[in-house]
Amino acid sequence: MTGPLLFKDIDTPGLAGLDTYRRVGGYATVLAVLGRQTPDQCIEIVKASGLRGRGGAGFPTGLKWSFVPKGTERPKYLVCNADESEPGTFKDRELIEKNPHSLIEGMILAGWAIQSNAGYVYLRGEFGWLQKILDQAIAEAYAAGLLGRDVAGTGFRFDLHTHLGAGAYICGEETALLSSLEGYRGQPRLKPPFPAVEGLYRCPTIVNNVETLVNIPHILGQGAAWYRQWGTEKSAGTKVFSVSGPVKRPGNYELPLGVPLRVLLEEHCGGMRDGLKLKAVIPGGSSVPPLPASLLDTPLDFESMNAVGTFLGSGGVIVIDEQTCMVDSLWNLMRFYAHESCGKCTPCREGTYWMTGILERLERGQGRASDIDLLADLADNILGRSFCPLGDAAAMPVQGFLKHFRAEFEHHVGQRCLANRRRDSRMGVPA
Amino acid sequence: MSGAPAPHTAPAGPVGPVAWPSALQPKVAEALSHYPNRRSAVLPLLWIAQREWGWLPPEVLRLVARTVELPDAEVFGVATFYTMFNLKPVGKYHLQVCMTLSCSLMGADRLFQHLSGRLGIGHGETTPDGRFTLRRVECLAACGGGPCLQVNEEKFHENLDEAAVDRLLERLP
Ligand SMILES: Cc1cc2nc3c(=O)[nH]c(=O)nc-3n(C[C@H](O)[C@H](O)[C@H](O)COP(=O)(O)O)c2cc1C
Ligand code: SF4
Repeated sequence: MTGPLLFKDIDTPGLAGLDTYRRVGGYATVLAVLGRQTPDQCIEIVKASGLRGRGGAGFPTGLKWSFVPKGTERPKYLVCNADESEPGTFKDRELIEKNPHSLIEGMILAGWAIQSNAGYVYLRGEFGWLQKILDQAIAEAYAAGLLGRDVAGTGFRFDLHTHLGAGAYICGEETALLSSLEGYRGQPRLKPPFPAVEGLYRCPTIVNNVETLVNIPHILGQGAAWYRQWGTEKSAGTKVFSVSGPVKRPGNYELPLGVPLRVLLEEHCGGMRDGLKLKAVIPGGSSVPPLPASLLDTPLDFESMNAVGTFLGSGGVIVIDEQTCMVDSLWNLMRFYAHESCGKCTPCREGTYWMTGILERLERGQGRASDIDLLADLADNILGRSFCPLGDAAAMPVQGFLKHFRAEFEHHVGQRCLANRRRDSRMGVPA
Repeated sequence: MSGAPAPHTAPAGPVGPVAWPSALQPKVAEALSHYPNRRSAVLPLLWIAQREWGWLPPEVLRLVARTVELPDAEVFGVATFYTMFNLKPVGKYHLQVCMTLSCSLMGADRLFQHLSGRLGIGHGETTPDGRFTLRRVECLAACGGGPCLQVNEEKFHENLDEAAVDRLLERLP
């Protein structure tokens, strides 16, 4: 699969190796920028590019970098978030697997911009095999003098290590990630202070997603105006969309931000498979509200998604067909959140558990009419009252499912679900 | 399922203090060298230990605690927080089947049921010969290739159906 920027060369054989990466122009930006452009100039270019974080929240990257205090004696850290645990999202994995050096190059440049001499890549525990690929590329970069005490002969020191998690969705949340990296249980910390001021080892720390960082060599190499040829005014550049569910060609697609959802699904993914009809799309990873088929023409950018009551999120696009039950789908997701709640605060720990129970009894035809309002009430009480955004992430889909598909929930009251393509196969769960 | 599976009699794990085998000592030292303090090496050391011993019996957790110079309870607390540390023995092949929505939409539930029937074990159980442990897990980041599973720490197996998973099991040495 190709794309205009991050996926341009992604299927070049041998790209994971340093020589091939260099042949397609890799590390040219490091040579052009380090020692030639000041860190402040780099931050200004990234600000002007309009790049926003690709990890889900969409925070402007250059602005975040500018929060790192200047002239402090304390070390500064750069941490790449490769936890990639948001259901529906599988892009960072392909970026690292096929093009690990682009992440290393992006981190060297980001390190220069914030004047950090040490970086870590936090990989989710299930990525042990991917860690080997990245470690190999890091070793190559050290051997070539691109990492270490004198990066490319510029006198800039940058050390980079990988760190493997061990199975916990919450470690994708940046403060939980830092707890985990410091050797604690992976539980979130209060913000503020924000990591840019007080993060890893209580030192200024920038946490960025993999996809955010692999954009950096392109932006610093070619300039902000060039980067803005893709995307919209407020959502600049391209985005990797991970498409899953019963479409003909699921996978990762790098497209300019602002592309309509319908174009992604019909032109790029070839539409639905097996003659199925599309019922709903969760556009930004499991934590965002779903959209009904009637909103398929909405452009995929931060603002347009907000305008229809959902989020661009991580770009994990989950497609649900007409023969799939929405109550069952939400129950599946709620089991995920109940399982992954770290247990630190009551609304999320107890709320996800209760919502799972309600959804289970609705799906089994044992629900009461009042259960639907109870579900909505629970979601309202979790939202904004949890210690970290995982609670919100569990509540928002509930609100969206009820907003667009309430009739299906009402239909389930006292009636066992009949219209579920997956029913015969839903055996992993005790019947 | 007909009858409960026979309990898996696993190696009891070391009794009494254990030490890092000398072959592992460079790895341990390297892990410690990556961080400005010892505590940060807890996860890497737990991984090194789990790869060596297959699981993390209490004596091994205590070894990690001694190595990072923390109270045992701190390391027990960390090890129990994460799902991938085996605090009980697992089979030679740990089959971890993703059950989250994208995989479920593509038939993960049927796949799990098939595996469970074929191996005669349920979630979290191990075959009597100690060859397989079966486990339902949450999203693995392979959603476009669902249904999928991970064997031990290897790269995911994707786009599976019953026939494909049968072939996979037969290929395992
Ligand atoms: C529950 C939860 C899970 C998250 N998981 C991830 C993740 O897997 N990967 C990621 O990059 N960001 C994740 N985030 C967002 C991070 O907290 C953080 O915003 C992001 O890494 C910042 O990088 P960016 O500005 O480059 O997007 C998660 C947030 C929450 C609340
Ligand atoms: S919202 Fe959930 S995950 Fe976040 S701190 Fe509270 S219990 Fe933990």
